[in-house]
Amino acid sequence: MQFWKIFSKGLILENPILVLALSLCPALAVTSSVATALTMGATVTFVITCNNVVVSIVRKWINPKVRVPVYIISIATIVTIASLVLQAFLPLLYKDLGIYLELVVVFAIILARAEVFAAKNSVVRSFLDGFGMGCGFIIAMLIIGVIRELLGNGSILGFDILGANYPAALIMVLPPGAFILIGYLVALFRLIVKKWEKRQKVREEALS
Amino acid sequence: MTEYILLFVSTVLINNFVLTRFLGLCIFFGVSKSLNASIGMGMAVTSVMTVSSVCSWLVYNLILAPLDLTFLSLVVLVLLIACFVQLLEMLIRKFAPALYDMWGIYLLLIATNCIILSVPLINIRSGYSLGLSTVNAVGAGIGFSLALILMASLREKLVLADVPKSLEGLGIAFIVAGCLSLAFLGFSGMISI
Repeated sequence: MQFWKIFSKGLILENPILVLALSLCPALAVTSSVATALTMGATVTFVITCNNVVVSIVRKWINPKVRVPVYIISIATIVTIASLVLQAFLPLLYKDLGIYLELVVVFAIILARAEVFAAKNSVVRSFLDGFGMGCGFIIAMLIIGVIRELLGNGSILGFDILGANYPAALIMVLPPGAFILIGYLVALFRLIVKKWEKRQKVREEALS
Repeated sequence: MTEYILLFVSTVLINNFVLTRFLGLCIFFGVSKSLNASIGMGMAVTSVMTVSSVCSWLVYNLILAPLDLTFLSLVVLVLLIACFVQLLEMLIRKFAPALYDMWGIYLLLIATNCIILSVPLINIRSGYSLGLSTVNAVGAGIGFSLALILMASLREKLVLADVPKSLEGLGIAFIVAGCLSLAFLGFSGMISI
C-alpha cells in the first residue's frame, strides 16, 4: 500500500510537468510528434530511475557539502549512456531530439527528486519514486504529444487518423501552439487537483 | 562580417532561445513577475552565458578534441559551468558586495540551467569558430533578455486583468507567452541560414 503510494503520487497529483511545472523545456520542445515525445519520456524515466538508485546507494558516504556536484556527475554520466544508446539504435529519433536529449542533464525534476527523495530513502523506495515520476512525465508528454500531432497534422504516430480532407491547424506543431496548449492543460490539471483535494477533505470529515 | 551579423540577428529574433527553442523557461516564468528583476536577470544570464561559452569552446577544442575525449563533453561542460558560476558568485560577493545584492540570487539560479548549457552544446554541434561562438552566446543572451523584459511588462499589466480562477498565474502566463511567440514567428523566413 505504502509502496503504491510512493509510485502513484507522481502520476497525477504531483505530476512533474502539469502540476509541479518543472522541466518544461522538453514538454514544449519535443512534443510536436508522439514518437519524439515518447522517446524523450522513456529517456527521462530511465535517467531519473537510475539516478535515484545511484544516489540512494551512495547517500551515506557523501559529505553533504559536495552532494550537488556528485548528483550532477551521476546524472551526466547516465545521460551520456542513454544518448549513446539512442544514437546507436535509433539514429533518426536521436536526430529529431537534437540538443534536448543532452539537456536532460539539467532538468530540474531529476535533481529535485535526488535531493528531496533519494537522498533520504532506501533503494527500493527511491526506485519506485523515480519510476513513478518518470511515468507521470511520460503521461504528460503523451497527452501533449497526441493533442499536438492530432490537431496539427491529423495523425498519431504517423498514422492518418482524421483523413486527408482535415485542414491541419499548423499552429499546433509550431512553438506558439505548444505554449497555449500547455497553458490550458496546466489550468485543467489545477482544477482536477483542487476537486480531488476537496473530495478528500469531505471524505475525511465524514470519517471523523 | 556578414556571417557574424546574420548569426546575431537570427539568434536574437528568429531562433529566439525562449520563444522558439523553449530554453530557460523556468527562469522565464519564475522571474518575469517584475520588470526590475527581469532586467537584472537578463544581464546576469547574458554575461554568464558569454563567458561560459568561451570557456567551453576553449576546453572542448584545446583539451577534449585533441585527446579524443569528446564523449565526455557533457560531463565536463556541466561541471565546468557549475564551477564557473560558483566561482563568479564568490568573487562578486568578495569584491563587489553591492553588485552581489543585486545579482547574487540570480547567479545561484542559473548555475545549472538549460539555457546556459545549451549555448555551448549548440556551438559544438554547429562547429562554430571562437568568434562565431561568442556572437552566438551574446545573441542568445540578448534575445533572452528581450523576451524576458517584454514578458515582464505584459505580466505587470496582467495583474489587473480579470482572469478565470484556474487560469490565474502560470496558466495565463503560458497563453501570453504563446501570443508573444506568435509575434516572433513573424520574423521567421527573414534570413535563411
